[in-house]
Amino acid sequence: MRLMRSELTRFPLVKTLLKNRWPQLLVWFVMLAGFLFAILSGFFGTPVGNRNFGIVFVWIAWWAVLILVAVPFFGRGWCAVCPIPLPGEWLQRGAIMDPPGKKPRWFNLRWPNRLRNIWLQNLTFTLVALFSSVILTTPKVTAIVLSAMLFLAIGMSIVFERRTFCRYLCPVGGFIGLYAQAAPMELRVKDKQTCLACKDKPCYNGSPAGYGCPWDVFPGGLMKNTYCGLCMECLRTCPYDNIAINTRPFSADLAKPSTRMDEAFKAFIMLGAAMIYAGVFLGPWGGLKLAAYSVGSLAWFGYTAAFLAFTFGLLPALFLGAVWIGKALTKTTLALKKAFTAFATALVPLGLMFWVAFSLSFVLTNAAYILSSLSDPFGWGWNLFGTAAITWQPYLTPLLLPLQTLVLVGGLLWTGRTAQKAGLEVKISPVPVIVFSTVTTIAMLGLLL
Amino acid sequence: MSKKQWFFGFLVVLAGAVIVFAPLLVRAVPPTRRTFRVEASQFAYLPAVLQVNPGDLVTIELVSMDVVHGLYLDGYGVSVTADPGQTAHLTFTADRSGSFRFRCNVTCGALHPFMIGKLQVGPNLWLWRAIALTALAMLAILILHPSLPKAQAS
Repeated sequence: MRLMRSELTRFPLVKTLLKNRWPQLLVWFVMLAGFLFAILSGFFGTPVGNRNFGIVFVWIAWWAVLILVAVPFFGRGWCAVCPIPLPGEWLQRGAIMDPPGKKPRWFNLRWPNRLRNIWLQNLTFTLVALFSSVILTTPKVTAIVLSAMLFLAIGMSIVFERRTFCRYLCPVGGFIGLYAQAAPMELRVKDKQTCLACKDKPCYNGSPAGYGCPWDVFPGGLMKNTYCGLCMECLRTCPYDNIAINTRPFSADLAKPSTRMDEAFKAFIMLGAAMIYAGVFLGPWGGLKLAAYSVGSLAWFGYTAAFLAFTFGLLPALFLGAVWIGKALTKTTLALKKAFTAFATALVPLGLMFWVAFSLSFVLTNAAYILSSLSDPFGWGWNLFGTAAITWQPYLTPLLLPLQTLVLVGGLLWTGRTAQKAGLEVKISPVPVIVFSTVTTIAMLGLLL
Repeated sequence: MSKKQWFFGFLVVLAGAVIVFAPLLVRAVPPTRRTFRVEASQFAYLPAVLQVNPGDLVTIELVSMDVVHGLYLDGYGVSVTADPGQTAHLTFTADRSGSFRFRCNVTCGALHPFMIGKLQVGPNLWLWRAIALTALAMLAILILHPSLPKAQAS
């Protein structure tokens, strides 16, 4: 039975909590403190990754919450509380709370039109992915990456308007946006006619009640979750109480296939990276791990070439072949490029479930480090909560294989239905795409089981 | 969904349950004593994949080639630690079938959390069951929701 949409903001408590700046500010302060602490522990703590707060809390605790809970259920919910853009945004606005009377004098430039897509995010994610063996395991490198993101966000807030870093550069924001389409939560306007009749568009331009959309989105035109950061500014500025936070069926946005190649390639990058990570980090192949870790070596260049060839070459090529066969089966005149981008939408649930399956294994086997690093965040011999000496052991490993199987097979079913809906939209048989998804699922099963 | 689709859905779930839970006939091999010399070095085991039969008495001679390494076997909960240049022994009966990861349980360097090997006890039946489930899922999608757009196909 289909779950119907239900407006959460109709409950006064929910609406007050979301409209009021204080609850969000309190969460921001906690997140910012944790973020800065992770950077500090990375720079000054032990170089042993699994004993360092920065590594353990960013790549195990935060990652677990992000990929297993936040993204699948709340979409861009993480972006609503992410600390990275805050210092820059406060500088840009000249205020932390309500808009000040006059604007601070920064450059306030528009982001170039040619870069108004997620290709740069595809690039930044790929770069992080290629160096991930080092970033994930070396506290100082994690601290450098986190600091770079923070300072880049500050710099971009000074030069450009709104949250340009989040929207166009953040390596995490790109895939959160992609997978947010599958989440059972959305921000939408209640009545589009009200937005059309609204003269000043305070949701986009700002007003004394709040800031214009930091994500450069006009809420009246929102069709999918990808680019809405759930910052709640429009909820504060709309004079007609026309903004709603709704629950909805999973993958509601995927009913209308994407037409964008940058989004299609984001899906391939994520799908390919999940498969490669499953092999590198969870597989028994030591040579592969060392190749991924030995940055600058011949083996690393080989790994890089294989990574790029797989995610940007082999996977898209096989998928293109599947789409071409589907097109040939149905004898449609639709351009292959359009069919390709439309069917790539079906890879959103598949990729998301690949990441969930990978992360289950990664997180359950490494979660024991969370308690020990909480007591001794710098690895200096502290024992703040009496948990520093907890012996490492993996959790729930007997459940791991059934859970991963359930997740991957469920992902395939979800992808199959999404491909069928895309097929109906573009009038092309989705069968070859479903077969492609089945083969990649079996490959992922082979890597994980 | 129509009654027919509900019925077919029920059949698919039933078939899925059979795939997951049905006992499979596996050629029984008399248990023997198996000894493996496993060299541990940053960040790999050699050999990384060990194959035994259910019931085998397995001894792993863990030899550390560089720093202190450990070996923790998922599912069995047994472990052993070897000092550099030394050999440590771990003996257990492989009384649980399936695929089990073994991992280094002594911090040994940057990639320590990813130093992983695999013990295969009997055939990897769960993988075959999972592949069969995947194939069933694909068939279910295609049969429950015939996909070829009629307007174009005709």
